[in-house]
Amino acid sequence: MHFIFKTRYEQDISLFKHSGQVFWYAALALALVAAPWLLSEYALSQFTFIGIYAIVCLGLMLLAGFTGQVSLGHAGFLAMGAYTEAWLQANGWPFMISLPMAALVAGVTGIIVGLPALRVKGLYLSIATLAFGFIIEEVVVRAEHITGGNAGRQLDKLMIAGIDFDDGTNYYYLVTFIAVLCVLGVLNLLRSPTGRAFVAIRDSEVSAQSMGINLAHYKTVAFALSAALAGIAGALYAHKIRIITPDQFGFLQSIELLMMVVIGGLGSIQGAIFGPAFWFVVQQVIVVGKDWLPPGLGQQTGLQPTIFGFILIAIVLFEPMGLYGRWLKFRTFLEIFPFYRKGMFKRQKSYMKSERMK
Amino acid sequence: MLQLLQLIVSGAAIGCIYALIALGFVLIYKATETVNFAQGDLMMIGGFLGLTAMTVAGMPFAVAFLLTTVAMALVGMGAERLVLRPLLGQPAFTMIMMTIGLGYLARGVVTMIPYWGTETHTLPVPYKDEVIWLGGEGTGLVVSVEHLVIILATVVLVALLYAFFRYTRLGIAMQATSQNQLAAFYMGIPVRRVNMLIWGLSSAICGVAGLLLAPITFVHANMGFVGLKAFPAAVVGGFGSIPGALVGGLIIGIVESLAGFYLPEGFKDIAAYVVVLVMLVVKPNGLFGENLTKKV
Repeated sequence: MHFIFKTRYEQDISLFKHSGQVFWYAALALALVAAPWLLSEYALSQFTFIGIYAIVCLGLMLLAGFTGQVSLGHAGFLAMGAYTEAWLQANGWPFMISLPMAALVAGVTGIIVGLPALRVKGLYLSIATLAFGFIIEEVVVRAEHITGGNAGRQLDKLMIAGIDFDDGTNYYYLVTFIAVLCVLGVLNLLRSPTGRAFVAIRDSEVSAQSMGINLAHYKTVAFALSAALAGIAGALYAHKIRIITPDQFGFLQSIELLMMVVIGGLGSIQGAIFGPAFWFVVQQVIVVGKDWLPPGLGQQTGLQPTIFGFILIAIVLFEPMGLYGRWLKFRTFLEIFPFYRKGMFKRQKSYMKSERMK
Repeated sequence: MLQLLQLIVSGAAIGCIYALIALGFVLIYKATETVNFAQGDLMMIGGFLGLTAMTVAGMPFAVAFLLTTVAMALVGMGAERLVLRPLLGQPAFTMIMMTIGLGYLARGVVTMIPYWGTETHTLPVPYKDEVIWLGGEGTGLVVSVEHLVIILATVVLVALLYAFFRYTRLGIAMQATSQNQLAAFYMGIPVRRVNMLIWGLSSAICGVAGLLLAPITFVHANMGFVGLKAFPAAVVGGFGSIPGALVGGLIIGIVESLAGFYLPEGFKDIAAYVVVLVMLVVKPNGLFGENLTKKV
């Protein structure tokens, strides 16, 4: 077990807590760089998807896990990013400019969605995001001259500075690079006053407010940043999938994003990456496992939602900190072996706090 | 004018369905401050149970109706006992995720059950495709019996619920629990059991809504998405108010029906959400809502 002896104030906010972390994250970075040589083309493409979804989940984690606001319409922001990118690319904008534009458009949408936050909170805000998700989906279907309507919109090959990013390996590097940048950005944000304000709002709105935090302002900022990350992911998603249709950004997508975040582990950056990674791995396991199941069961379309539904329920019931929490327990178990006790991570029982006051 | 009336009647019928589902939300929200995102999916299960009772077991509609209601009450109580009670006292987000998970699971499981599957089914109710002319055959207002049954059943159900909450011991105990759990507990009300019963009641109402809606929209696995429109209904009415749920449902249903006719294509589907956003900005507590202030 590491006992960190702090001698400087900077250690409190440093990205790496000790040299072990530096080593393991460097190893991870090396593995990410080496992946194209180690993996098949198909596996690499799945990794690219994990990277893309990790960016959305990072945004959603910022909102749900760190600011405590539930968004039920995050697929709408994804759609904003994807369609902005598609439209800008068709109009000859280079990727270097169109990607930030996609983030900007989605972010501005996020501000608009966050506006009800000036008046409402908690549950009502979730319902506002739900409503916005549906409205954006419908707008995408109807605005045919921009989005291609239900028929979908095709994207051209992605070329940056003469390099062909249609190629799987190149695109994998691009997505990984952007994902790493996003992770570093969010990490930096979380150790800034803004990030601290987010966490304070999550833990108690009343006490955050009495510490001088402007709730509406910070919630809107959280929505904007979260939406901007979703916009970046949407743009990358559009280039990966090459043809985008409105039904890819429906309510179910929003729910699945939320499920990924919860499965990964609310309130941890690692969770935002574990979640989509786990999701895609399980998806692959289901695809492979289907052949071994009896055909009556294996060919059912409902198999995947059933399994993910069960996983989510089990996580919420038994492991509220998600996969990251499980990993944390396992690591602690190894580090202090053999002194691990069962109650070390016991969930605190609390009485239900009513939001109503009579 | 006649056309307007016509639209209002059909809108009111759909609105009653929203109202019933919203009623389910409101009951659970009032009692446990949990929002049940699986409400629409419970309705879907109710529709399928009724369908099975009628077509596979060959029961008459009335018997199937009763059986479904009872079965749904059991489903609701089972869900509360198995997965929601262990989470008692956890943050609202945990509960929301749990109900979202339940709904997601239900949609998956339903498609795997033989005979239910992914197809759409028709519920063979005795009053299918019948219409009643109000004010002269061919000239007056035409009301389909399906719509009429929905409206009448909702009125009866709401009246029964009102009487239940007003006059029975259990109903009053439920009211007490929803106002202050701790005080209710001190008064000797078995709060946990009451919560379970509320889940049962709410699911039973959803089962009824499913059976009433089935003749209009068919029974299929994604039928539960109608339930999402009950959120706007509940918010417009004020989330914790039973008459509010009814009024909110009617408003959403009628606005939707009018938007579908008078506004360009596409507005029908989002009318409910536009209304709720306007409501949230203008009057967040809804028409009948209580003033919400957060306690520290």
